[in-house]
Amino acid sequence: MEIFRAHVLVCGGTGCTSGGSPRIKALLEEELAKNGLEKEVNLVVTGCHGLCEMGPLVIVYPEGTMYVHVQPEDVSDIVSEHLLKGRIVERLLYKEPVTAERVPHYGDLPFYHKQERLVLRNCGYINPEVIEEYIGRDGYAALAKALAEMTPDEVIQEVLDAGLRGRGGAGFPTGLKWNFCRKAKGEPKYIVCNGDEGDPGAFMDRSILEGDPHRVLEGMAIGAYAIGASKAVIYVRAEYPLAVRRLHLAVKKAEEMGLLGDNILGTDFSLHIDIKEGAGAFVCGEETALLASIMGQRGMPWPRPPFPAVSGLWGKPTNINNVETWANIPDIILRGADWFASMGTEKCKGTKVFALTGNVQNTGLVEVPMGISMREIIYDIGGGVPNGKKFKAVQIGGPSGGCLPESQLDLGVDYESLTGAGAIMGSGGLVVMDEDTCIVDVARFFLSFTRAESCGKCTPCREGIMRMLEILDRISAGEGRMEDLDLLEKTAHIIQDTSLCGLGQTAPNPILSTLRYFRDEYVAHIKDQRCPAGVCTALLTYYIKPELCRGCTACTKVCPTGAITGERKAVHVIDPEKCIKCGACAERCPFDAIVQA
Amino acid sequence: MCECGNDKAKVSELDAILARHRGEQGSLIPVLQEVQAAQGYISREAIEAVSAALKIPATEIYGVATFYAQFHLTPRGRHVVRVCQGTACHVRGAAKILEAMQKELGIGPGETTEDLRFTLEPVACLGCCGLAPVMMINENTHGRLTPDGIADILAQYE
Repeated sequence: MEIFRAHVLVCGGTGCTSGGSPRIKALLEEELAKNGLEKEVNLVVTGCHGLCEMGPLVIVYPEGTMYVHVQPEDVSDIVSEHLLKGRIVERLLYKEPVTAERVPHYGDLPFYHKQERLVLRNCGYINPEVIEEYIGRDGYAALAKALAEMTPDEVIQEVLDAGLRGRGGAGFPTGLKWNFCRKAKGEPKYIVCNGDEGDPGAFMDRSILEGDPHRVLEGMAIGAYAIGASKAVIYVRAEYPLAVRRLHLAVKKAEEMGLLGDNILGTDFSLHIDIKEGAGAFVCGEETALLASIMGQRGMPWPRPPFPAVSGLWGKPTNINNVETWANIPDIILRGADWFASMGTEKCKGTKVFALTGNVQNTGLVEVPMGISMREIIYDIGGGVPNGKKFKAVQIGGPSGGCLPESQLDLGVDYESLTGAGAIMGSGGLVVMDEDTCIVDVARFFLSFTRAESCGKCTPCREGIMRMLEILDRISAGEGRMEDLDLLEKTAHIIQDTSLCGLGQTAPNPILSTLRYFRDEYVAHIKDQRCPAGVCTALLTYYIKPELCRGCTACTKVCPTGAITGERKAVHVIDPEKCIKCGACAERCPFDAIVQA
Repeated sequence: MCECGNDKAKVSELDAILARHRGEQGSLIPVLQEVQAAQGYISREAIEAVSAALKIPATEIYGVATFYAQFHLTPRGRHVVRVCQGTACHVRGAAKILEAMQKELGIGPGETTEDLRFTLEPVACLGCCGLAPVMMINENTHGRLTPDGIADILAQYE
């Protein structure tokens, strides 16, 4: 084996890749060869580090120096300064936004301070396409332990004792689910990995599959052993081509090494994993709809019972867990239930990965212990709201989640507390919104998503969401009535209570949570005919401040409807009848004389 | 009626796909995915051929093909532009990006340019929210978009 004195890690996650990391890697290769360093320095393309905002990222070990926003012209400095002379390239280090200090060590970044990276432990650290790197980080040791030292019942007991709950959103105890399927009659039994991550604003499953695919495979193999399943399916979104490719590669490599396939590790346990690509339907994240889709049908849910544990794929007992749940399994088996249960809250153990996005300084993936407050996630890890804007709301749990205001930020995140506050854990999307976000518009946005994605099978979801959306459209067009608010609430409760599957049952959450915390804003739209955030175009008027207008005529040239008149060097005026409120003039005005009112 | 779906190359392509999945349970969606990858869309002729081979009624195949966002029953552009309208992109101005794209291409959402160069498709979430607002052209991700930068990006795709 070759020994290298330094390792250069280039992030190959989706964020950094689109930011140009493949070009950085090629240039590093060239530059290393030019300096005769290719035998001394190992160049590795890794999965996502989570700090997507700062990409492309390059990390140099053994020091653990993280370089951010690396551009092609920076490559020669990294090689000649850092790798040849041992001097850190200061200007490429992360700059702490408050103190403006450069942070040389990866682990010292505030972004990583409060994180507890278990599931993401290998993401960004290993090359996901090389199985040996996973094995070198204790990979497949848990599978070996389960097969050699534990009975299937002991494995299930360990997962039960650990208190692991489904990370797909509902939070059902994983061990219990496994036990149902183990006890069900019928052969063969199936296990399924739900990788149909459809929530807008969530990308943790994508990063795990892309950055550490073997962790998921190992978790599935352990689960299959415990349940007594011999067949497995991974259902992954076709929109994630890199994840699909890496999964195929990982399955192939694991089979070659006897870690999957027939007679795993020389035992009589066998498992065959198939990979199915989803075809683009949000409802397929619901487990019965997902099974229908695997069987080649329209992805529509079926009423439970029968539960998939009794009658799932092809009518056989089937256990479904999502990507992040499977990825938790190897560590629980290897390090024990007590270790896992030492993290988190009384009812929620372990960690949760959140996708932190929207109007926040450090967007990216963060993994934190259950029970941490949202304030810590948004401010300590995420660095707060950028551009000096005020925080308005955080939307948690995807399109079926809720919008929580400032007053709820000290809430510790776990399944129960979030549900109590009117949101859900969901898959863990956290979208931060600043004062420029209109709450009515946001609720409308989520409803138009769930309306489009409703499969149409049951009436409350298909018709009810449509009716609620019509009311919201009316309110944002300035035609709302005060009694609309009660009607919205009533309709929302009926849809919650009577829909067939999780999609319909949770779709009203954005309405109910915004009505609960931001009722004033609805009232402003209805009574005052005003959109406080200045988003709903029907309620906007543009006007030109005479004291600021210099008569430069820039606005008249961009106005698509000829609504602005005025002589050169004289104050201009907007005709409200002709104005379509596109805002082009305000963007163009060099003197900021055009404002919304 | 258009005969372009019937030429020999297309028929043998279809046969090869069907042969690969013979006897496989639940093969309809993978078969349709491969047909679309090979031919760009799913033609009526393809549905009829798949129906005969898999012994699934054509109406049912039509039902499946129209249920999933991924399948298309009409020809598509050489480059597919998927503009993300997810939550993170929405709060960072995705609507303006889509608007600029429509203006630049002169087509609406779901439409294809006359020269078959581009198809424009708003999508719910591409899962790279860290780069919002974002779009994918074919399999390439373009992030942190601004309305002004759209034309330069499109120019990279002939």
